Amino acid sequence: MKTYEKAIEKVILLSAIMATISVGLITFFIFRSGLPVLLEYGIIDFIFGTTWSPTNGDYGILPLIAGTLSITIGSLIIGVPTGIACAVFLAEILQKKWAKAFKFSIELLAGIPSVVYGFFGLVVLIPAIREYILPIYQFFDPEVSQTGFSVLAGAVILAIMILPTIVSMSENSIAAVPVEFKEASLALGANKMETIVRVLIPAAKSGILSSIILGMGRAIGETMAVLLITGNMAKIPGTILDPVATLTGTIAMEMGYASPTHQQVLFAVGIVLFVVIMILNIIAQLSVRKIGGNA
Amino acid sequence: METKFEIEKLNLYYGSFQALQDIDMNIYSNRITALIGPSGCGKSTFLRTLNRMNDLIRGVTIEGTVKFDGEDIYGNFYDIIKLRKKVGMVFQKPNPFPKTIYENIVYGPKIHGEKNKTVLDNIVERTLKEVAMWEEVKDRLQKPALGLSGGQQQRLCIARCLAVEPEVILMDEPTSALDPVATSKIEGLLEELAEKYTIVIVTHNMQQAGRVSDYTSFFLNGKVIETDKTEVIFSNPANKKTEEYITGRFG
Repeated sequence: MKTYEKAIEKVILLSAIMATISVGLITFFIFRSGLPVLLEYGIIDFIFGTTWSPTNGDYGILPLIAGTLSITIGSLIIGVPTGIACAVFLAEILQKKWAKAFKFSIELLAGIPSVVYGFFGLVVLIPAIREYILPIYQFFDPEVSQTGFSVLAGAVILAIMILPTIVSMSENSIAAVPVEFKEASLALGANKMETIVRVLIPAAKSGILSSIILGMGRAIGETMAVLLITGNMAKIPGTILDPVATLTGTIAMEMGYASPTHQQVLFAVGIVLFVVIMILNIIAQLSVRKIGGNA
Repeated sequence: METKFEIEKLNLYYGSFQALQDIDMNIYSNRITALIGPSGCGKSTFLRTLNRMNDLIRGVTIEGTVKFDGEDIYGNFYDIIKLRKKVGMVFQKPNPFPKTIYENIVYGPKIHGEKNKTVLDNIVERTLKEVAMWEEVKDRLQKPALGLSGGQQQRLCIARCLAVEPEVILMDEPTSALDPVATSKIEGLLEELAEKYTIVIVTHNMQQAGRVSDYTSFFLNGKVIETDKTEVIFSNPANKKTEEYITGRFG
């Protein structure tokens, strides 16, 4: 019995070590491949350079950062209010048994492969933008001509993709607010809406905040869906109908034909992504820990 | 003596379980009424019918009439918000919001539309003085309420309740989570509050009922066995069950 337990213990230990080592190795490899060229080209020139033209040796990733940032912010503008409203609805308004079914189906969204989202965007969203949104622009400026591959398309699809994260974490933290707070508020003559807005959401705010940060991490890291629908033009966007290229999409598209230096530059782009997402995850974990402390 | 609540033939069911049976009771203005009885006898449920907090629970049916100042609060067009503003509640476990002391007290007035800073400041000072806490906390009004001790938190909850200027305060075992010192502070407070407010208090503690209340009502299995002046209930109860409970033979 004892040897059996010891064996199990060793196996678990080994798995833990493997997981840690893989993270370490990936980090090491990315930095080893990307860092030299990054230092050689100059970090400032790299991050703030406005021309991304790898075939000419111009490696300024500001347009890519702008691309990623614009669709991420766009997705948060659409996804955060929707997600929080949905979480409130599930936690406080809908009957328990229905809420379960709703939550389950929203969580199913997380299981859909991202290429399917991209494909959906390609066949549904992009024609829709071209037919319904573009004419609004053309009404003001008849010169505008766009294909529909745009910041807007990316933001909408990403908003749907981050919904499960935001809804499910926010719902959990709203549902975890002690019922005593709700009773206290109602007993003072507050109505349901006032109680939700002034007591429940503030009390659940650290959980809601970390759900937003994790959603943001997902939006920044998403590759396949945005690759298919944002148009992949490495330019700083002027309007939401302009095409953009993202950090992740650029790596995925160009890695295949890149020259050795270009390839190293793409690894450097990877470093930027890696650091940004790492920081977001750490912030999210810290704020989750804070909830634990409060409860 | 004025009657605040008139309760007639009140029946309450949780689904098919009957929790209150044919309750008839009067609650008088500016008096402290204590509700006593063993666990599960319906006294807390009864308390919560007085400000319609039972509405929150699914599957509750209520029959009979509960008149507040002569008006049936279960009538079709009765304004629950107005009722809860006039009939405040203090809960068993101190439940200040996770906000500052100041924000806790002004929560009710703000909800009811008060925006003037001076008025709000005055409310905070007045209510904290009413619960004898002003000197203790006046320098840390902007500190989190959850940093206060249990007894202070409960007095803050009473202050928060007073801030909306209720006429009645319902208290659901307000001292059961507190130590003896904090308990005696709150009991002392009750007497002063009764000059301005009508108080209904549920308590497990018979000595407490004896010490603080003017009237006592004994609940058993969802029925009111006996209601009378507190000294009568404790010295010369009419019902044998009441006597047995008070002398500690069951419950």
